Amino acid sequence: MSFIELKNVYKVYKNGITAVADVNINIKKGDFVFIIGQTACGKSSLIKLLYREERPTKGQVIVGGINVAKLKNNRVYKLRRKIGIVFQDYKLLPKLTVYENVAFVLDSYGYKESEIKPKVIDALTRVGLKEKLRSFPNELSGGEQQRVCIARAIVNKPKVLVCDEPTGNLDATTSKEIMKVIDSINKELGTTIIMATHDQDIVNRMKKRVIALKDGMLIGDWEKGSYKLDETA
Amino acid sequence: MRPLRILFRSISSAFKSVFRNLSLSIASLTCIIITLMIVSIAIIFSSNVNYSTKEIEKDLEMVVFVKSETTEEKVKEIESNLQVLPNVEQISYVDKETAKEDMKKENDTYKKIIEGWEEGENPLDSYFIVKVKNIEDMSETAATIKNLEGVDTVNYVEDLVEKMVSTFQIIRNVLIVTVVALIFVTAFLISNTIKITIYSRRNEIDIMRLVGTSNTVIKLPFIFEGLFLGAFGSILPILVTIYSYVFLYDKLGGVLFHPLLPMMQPYNFVFKVGLILLAIGSVVGMFGSYKAVRKYLKI
Repeated sequence: MSFIELKNVYKVYKNGITAVADVNINIKKGDFVFIIGQTACGKSSLIKLLYREERPTKGQVIVGGINVAKLKNNRVYKLRRKIGIVFQDYKLLPKLTVYENVAFVLDSYGYKESEIKPKVIDALTRVGLKEKLRSFPNELSGGEQQRVCIARAIVNKPKVLVCDEPTGNLDATTSKEIMKVIDSINKELGTTIIMATHDQDIVNRMKKRVIALKDGMLIGDWEKGSYKLDETA
Repeated sequence: MRPLRILFRSISSAFKSVFRNLSLSIASLTCIIITLMIVSIAIIFSSNVNYSTKEIEKDLEMVVFVKSETTEEKVKEIESNLQVLPNVEQISYVDKETAKEDMKKENDTYKKIIEGWEEGENPLDSYFIVKVKNIEDMSETAATIKNLEGVDTVNYVEDLVEKMVSTFQIIRNVLIVTVVALIFVTAFLISNTIKITIYSRRNEIDIMRLVGTSNTVIKLPFIFEGLFLGAFGSILPILVTIYSYVFLYDKLGGVLFHPLLPMMQPYNFVFKVGLILLAIGSVVGMFGSYKAVRKYLKI
């Protein structure tokens, strides 16, 4: 049973650029999938289709039983509560502390303070930032800020974690640490991970499923694959 | 419990936002205060004009003289003709003998003159006292009555009252138009304030949308912010209304320039006006922010 299913998906932007063309993907629950490709190959568009930041022009996108294409604007939040999103630029709120940056998610869902606290502490412990609860984002390194972003994404225990170039702004060592965190979330929580990246080292080292895109088209889908873009499927 | 918690958090967040963007809030507040002051003046003025007009109407009557040679049957006919007129509220008939007696009682001069008349002599005419429903149509009604058969003349305090009432009504209409225009300007300004709040918090809003916050939770604080601006803005106009109306009422002795035009009793009336101002402020504030939220929160 697929947890995420893309059927003949097209995304054509208003300016006529085709970002995704006829893509078919099935992802099972608990999978760890890399989406690779060069800049402007359609990785980000594909990721955005999953959390309904973009709507497909044609085709079906189904995430955890929700038909994303048909989802009304005022229902999108239901989908997003099932999906944790990790961004390349972290998207933290500068005026909130680390704790508040994670807690405000649950706060906005209407949780009680007594429910929020243990969940936030748990998420921050998982990413190794328990000691920095009271720090502000500008006092943290890039890697630490990315950890806060991950903690925020997993605090509500989502079924899927979607990562858009999470290591794009980080050096190799820090990237490795971040990947360790993401891998442990996949293994320990059983969270499905979908990660767009163009970091060859990471893909080659992790030996996970790899989906390759070129000019919006699917050119490869390998179990335990490595980073290769020249080989057509 | 959860919706209640969300409601309280929205309210506290809205409250903080009013103070966070203080200069903008003050600009909106000033506009609301000025608008509501004018609204208040308009309400007070038009209520008093209405009240005075009603009071005048209560006392205002026409005297319809019947031609001297008219028979009693003819008088009955006139009476029934008067009763069917749409603007006639009430009529009463005074025959010439009663008129003579009434006149005698009025003052000594009249009494002497009348006593000088020969026995049985009575040059006076019988008349009807007619009360009208609406003074604005008084001259029209008078003209109709004058054309009835057997009616000699129709007397009433013509020009003064009529002109005064129509002038008041023009002023009142001008005020209403001004108030409506001002309410729109205020709604627009509040909408702008909220727009800037939304703009300054767009990152936060973006992130909230991405992490699955529902649209209602995102929108509520802004709606409350508009409501607060409107409600806070009505406080000063309400106080000014209450104190200045009471002061004016005492100063003018309860009449509007002329004893013919009584003012409304201040108590209850000023509190009603205060409530109306609070309601207008809150509704305009909410409406303004609702517009901004719809337009600028593309969710």
